[in-house]
Amino acid sequence: MKIAFTTKGIEWDSMMDPRFGRTEYILMYDEEKDELANFDNRAIEGEAHGAGPKTAQKLLELKPEILITGNGPGGNASSVLEQSGTKIFVGAGEMTTKQAYDAYKKNELKAL
Amino acid sequence: MKIAIASGKGGTGKTTLSSNLAAYISEKEKVVLCDLDVEEPNSGLFIKGKLIHKEDKFKMVPSWDSNKCTFCGLCQDVCNYNAVIKLEDKIMVFPDLCHSCYACSELCPENALPMIPEKMGELKHFESGDISFIESHLDVGREQAVPLISQTIEYVDEHFPKETIRLYDSPPGTSCPVIEATKEVDFVILITEPTPFGFHDLKLAIETMKKMEKEFAVVINRYGIGNDDVLNYCKDNDIPLLAKIPNDRYIAELYSSGELIYTRVPEVKKQLKHVYDYILKLKENNEV
Repeated sequence: MKIAFTTKGIEWDSMMDPRFGRTEYILMYDEEKDELANFDNRAIEGEAHGAGPKTAQKLLELKPEILITGNGPGGNASSVLEQSGTKIFVGAGEMTTKQAYDAYKKNELKAL
Repeated sequence: MKIAIASGKGGTGKTTLSSNLAAYISEKEKVVLCDLDVEEPNSGLFIKGKLIHKEDKFKMVPSWDSNKCTFCGLCQDVCNYNAVIKLEDKIMVFPDLCHSCYACSELCPENALPMIPEKMGELKHFESGDISFIESHLDVGREQAVPLISQTIEYVDEHFPKETIRLYDSPPGTSCPVIEATKEVDFVILITEPTPFGFHDLKLAIETMKKMEKEFAVVINRYGIGNDDVLNYCKDNDIPLLAKIPNDRYIAELYSSGELIYTRVPEVKKQLKHVYDYILKLKENNEV
């Protein structure tokens, strides 16, 4: 399973970023290979408009099966994400990435 | 002559001043009142006129033609607003992010993104004595006020002689809608209340108008509450203070029942005269 996280850093200990569109990083965890890859999304700060769909598009290119985030994507981003089969889990905004992963494994996160 | 009534902070009296000043001026000469706060126009509550014209307003947005598209992605690359998103097997267009710049449409090598009109709101034109009142209303769910504001100004420009005084009741704040409503005007009246919040946002509005190189002056509403910060600031910075509308429960009661104020409160009439005299002086000096 490939799992994407919206985060403020590139480590398992990094805090999650509660925002979807303006998240600083996307961390991708490949469970089979046990690999953690990161994608820098900080350029989004300079975008006045449309951060949501832009990040959503980037995410779709990474083809995760699961997205774990904080507040959840807004309307525009959601309509992009709906084009894929990615399952979205929210409510992990105040956790570290590791805690968010554990919470997901224990079914403690809310599915959208 | 185009005059915007703007504020920074919301709820400081833009509509009170716009509607009363328009009615006051109409006792002397023809005047146009135009409500550019298209997200929630409310000058119409005070100016009861006869509807003489209404029209739907549209903005142009790209529409994707899947048969022609080769997924080269140029449309997405040239869009400054992320309004066009290329996915694996489709192009998504977000009309509310689109600024109708035509870049994607014009640059598409396959002509796969023709521009089509999409309804965004409605413009209404009322006549009431010597007041011509124009208002536009953005449809519920639409996010972008700017194109409708710009088309409403165009309507006014096309329908009224240049020399007629036109009052633009502007949206609050200092963002794009305010810029659009004020960018072509000859003069801006900034109305504020003498509170710390009013003062803070007045300074933002003043900074904005300075950047736009607009001539502006201040009117204080609900004068008597708060403190003297606004007064002192205007004095220290040589900003003309045109009028002080008193804080008075009776004024609030009249406003709440959709009544004009100056006809009932002589002090307000006197303050409006200050504003009108200043406008006449400007008109004389600038010959606009």
